[in-house]
Amino acid sequence: MKQFLVFVKKEFLHIWRDSRTLFILIWMPVVQIVLYGFALTNEVKNSKIAILDESQDEATTVIIDRIDASRYFQVIKHLHSYKEIEATFRQGKVRMVIVFPQGFRNDLLHTHHAQIQLIADATDPNTANTLTNYASSIINDYQETLDRDLKLPYRINAQVRMLYNPELKGAYNFVPGVMALVLMLVCAMMTSMAIVREKEMGTMEVILVSPLKPFRIIIAKTIPYLLVSMLNIASILLLSVYALDVPIAGNLSLLLGESILFTITSLSIGILISNSVKTQQAAMFTSMMSLFLPTLLFSGFLFPVENMPIALQIISNIVPAKWYYIIVKQVMIKGLGIQYVWKETLILVGMTAGLLAISIRNFKIRLE
Amino acid sequence: MQEQKVITANQLTKVFGNFTAVDRISFEVDKGEIFGFLGANGAGKTTAMRMLCGLLLPSSGQATVAGFDVYRQNEQIKRNIGYMSQKFSLYEDLTVRENIRFYAGIYGLSDEQIKLKTKSLLGQLHLEKQEKTLVRDLPLGWKQKLAFSIAIVHDPAIVFLDEPTGGVDPLARKEFWGMIYETSAKGITIFVTTHYMDEAEYCNRVSIMVDGKIEALDSPARLMKTYGADSMDGVFLKLARKATRVGE
Amino acid sequence: MRSLKFLLQKELRQITRDPSIFRILFIMPMIQLLILPLAADYEIKNINLGVVDQDHSEYSRKLVNKIISSGYFRLRDYSSSFPHALHSIEQDKTDLILEIPAHFERDLVQDNEATLFVAVNAINGVKAGLGGAYIQGIIKDYNQVVRTQWIQYPKFNPQATIEVTSSDWYNPNMNYRVFMVPGILVMLVTMIGSSFAASNIVREKEMGTIEQINVTPIKKYEFILGKLIPFWMLAITVLTVGLIIARLVYSIIPLGHYLTIYIFASIYLLAVLGLGLLLSTYAQTQQQSMLVSFFITMIFNLLSGLYTPIESMPEWAQWITKFNPVSYFIEVMRMVMLKGSGLSDIKYHILAVIGFAVFFNGWAVLNYKKRSI
Repeated sequence: MKQFLVFVKKEFLHIWRDSRTLFILIWMPVVQIVLYGFALTNEVKNSKIAILDESQDEATTVIIDRIDASRYFQVIKHLHSYKEIEATFRQGKVRMVIVFPQGFRNDLLHTHHAQIQLIADATDPNTANTLTNYASSIINDYQETLDRDLKLPYRINAQVRMLYNPELKGAYNFVPGVMALVLMLVCAMMTSMAIVREKEMGTMEVILVSPLKPFRIIIAKTIPYLLVSMLNIASILLLSVYALDVPIAGNLSLLLGESILFTITSLSIGILISNSVKTQQAAMFTSMMSLFLPTLLFSGFLFPVENMPIALQIISNIVPAKWYYIIVKQVMIKGLGIQYVWKETLILVGMTAGLLAISIRNFKIRLE
Repeated sequence: MQEQKVITANQLTKVFGNFTAVDRISFEVDKGEIFGFLGANGAGKTTAMRMLCGLLLPSSGQATVAGFDVYRQNEQIKRNIGYMSQKFSLYEDLTVRENIRFYAGIYGLSDEQIKLKTKSLLGQLHLEKQEKTLVRDLPLGWKQKLAFSIAIVHDPAIVFLDEPTGGVDPLARKEFWGMIYETSAKGITIFVTTHYMDEAEYCNRVSIMVDGKIEALDSPARLMKTYGADSMDGVFLKLARKATRVGE
Repeated sequence: MRSLKFLLQKELRQITRDPSIFRILFIMPMIQLLILPLAADYEIKNINLGVVDQDHSEYSRKLVNKIISSGYFRLRDYSSSFPHALHSIEQDKTDLILEIPAHFERDLVQDNEATLFVAVNAINGVKAGLGGAYIQGIIKDYNQVVRTQWIQYPKFNPQATIEVTSSDWYNPNMNYRVFMVPGILVMLVTMIGSSFAASNIVREKEMGTIEQINVTPIKKYEFILGKLIPFWMLAITVLTVGLIIARLVYSIIPLGHYLTIYIFASIYLLAVLGLGLLLSTYAQTQQQSMLVSFFITMIFNLLSGLYTPIESMPEWAQWITKFNPVSYFIEVMRMVMLKGSGLSDIKYHILAVIGFAVFFNGWAVLNYKKRSI
């Protein structure tokens, strides 16, 4: 046991002395939270648009003002002819052009029927869609104000209630995702690289010859990263609660327990990777391809899994991060208890056991 | 005669912060000498060597190598010296032949000369059959000899060897020193650092560094007499006892 | 200059002999380009719907049918009470619940007014917002249908209608992949340029061969060029492979000229390689250099407009993107490939990237010393 602790201490010193690595390991989750919490969002806001107003009457002015005033749009240019539209798009300046034909107000007053054309730059289809929707609804609202005096009969009201995240804050979706990402990264990638580095440097032979059981050596290597991960979880949770106003709705111990479980899962993956590669560069790239990217994609926090082709949805089930992400959402955001996440927890436990079993069996006692 | 002194050092010093790694050392090396630079780990010998090779800027003092000043004529020095580091520094993922070709080319040998040199080198080292072998797959002893040969591929005036025999078995070490003697006979000066005291006895003259200073500088025979020891080990122990610095 | 020739020969031999290069050059782009675009789709569709219908009237059924046939929603749960339906949201079986209270049809016809209740799982704020908007839109449409059933409008419809027509330019099929693929290419190429190059140089540091180089008469600029050129070529190769895959698999053919892309890419790569070079001067171990370059490229990637639009970012973040070379390339890629922009359209971007190249490489060159102080 004492030998084991000596080994753990050595591993700690490795990390501790490598200030640059330590710095990044500690700050990475913070930076991610800041970015996802404050800077990155799929919401569409402040989109730059241009107007081609061929009428320039009271009605068009009101509509344009309303559009500009909304937080979704920013009118940056007034065009003078249809020909200018192409060039404006080509220069990448605006995402949408709204065209008001001549005699807009007149048409509206006399024939009760007028047209507005929305031309969207659909290179980003999602933004185009959303902007078109938003613009349409602002125009619709204007239309309704015109009709306000006509008291419309047969009115269906819809009351919409937003659950769990009434302010529709992006952070509620991202924070669980960032937790999964960071844990996976720190544990799996760093652990695998640390183990492989010994192989590369040749010090692995020295260790294998020591009286310590080889697998205990591996465990000793993973312990510092386990602790760094705990630190990371703590900092993420603190930031979420105090800086992003995302409260922990559920049981904190359950959340921490599940996090530790996922950390161990990630560590096992790291060990598995280190068994199969020879150089640190290979360890890093393997981690990236088989861990970071899948976690980013298939956990579901960046892109909804339901949108993916069936094949990819099936693959997403193999990614442990997906299950952890679900667990965190259920426990932290929805505030549910273990009875709602027992299935996912069991899956994670199973994955961990499987991974560890394979690693133990594969661990090469003698170098080839 | 000045031209015979291939290395001169006068009060050469290197300070890192408030730590003086090399403390005002002065010495001279003659052409064709095998000069041993001894000392414990941390004594400052690697730092001193790096200053002479142009890898490290001195803090104060003067030095010339092959007649060139270390401060202002650094690049000319490099053209006239060879260097072999502790790690041998060959490209593991290149073949024997490719390594020779690369370094020969870097030192300005023409394509003709490169061809000739490669042939003779491979012959001398008995590596003809291994010319297409990756250096990674060579046994340590061969790597060592190859690294040395490459260090002198351009027939420099001086070759600096930093702990060249680390990790190699005694027979290989002896063979290696054989190569060093052959090289010295051709007129190339050898400047070698080592902590193997028995190798000290192979050198013409030896200097012993302790805590950044040169505490002794003479031929092995005279040193043993002066310090009343029957081996260089003994000489070293007597001097090293005074050392206050441990571990480099 | 002659040394440069030998340096390049050595680099190329090392590169061709390294098996992981093949993985990087072909497999990685292939996987990323084949899987990422398939996965990356922000469109909100297939929202799981739960319905609590306590009216069981003709109107309630018609409404539910209309919602389902819209294509946005999938009916996943049909409960008898709201708490029951809520349970299915908790289990993540449904995303949105529509509750039609009892007497819905009667209230609407007799009292002129009826209310429906919608509850949405808003953890994914964007999805919830859009889902809510969609269902409200459908309800509104349905409202109009009911209205016209009961009211005969005179020929002159007093209700003003503004007809909104929308058209989508440049990507009429609203194909999200077309949008993502150029961006992913940029990301790949950037990673090779900076991370890979940096770790290669640091590996030489670790093995000691850099020291050996420093002791030779090789000039500083020869050494630096000897590293820049091979990796530049490597990155351009990956770019080409990626463009070929884009063309063959996704039928993405640039509206603009390939040449424009290559011209910009060449300068961009110099900047990114410079960054890699710079990183290598500060890192002592490969692990460090890989972690640092990963960290930096991650931030650059996130703040580049690849995954989330730059305009949606707060002021301070948008400001940061101006100092992010990746965001310029992403924009240029999309502009040239999807809108046919030409060199004059991207002249501002080119200038910016030249600036980055000078800055990073200049700093790296200053840092690189054959002789330590």
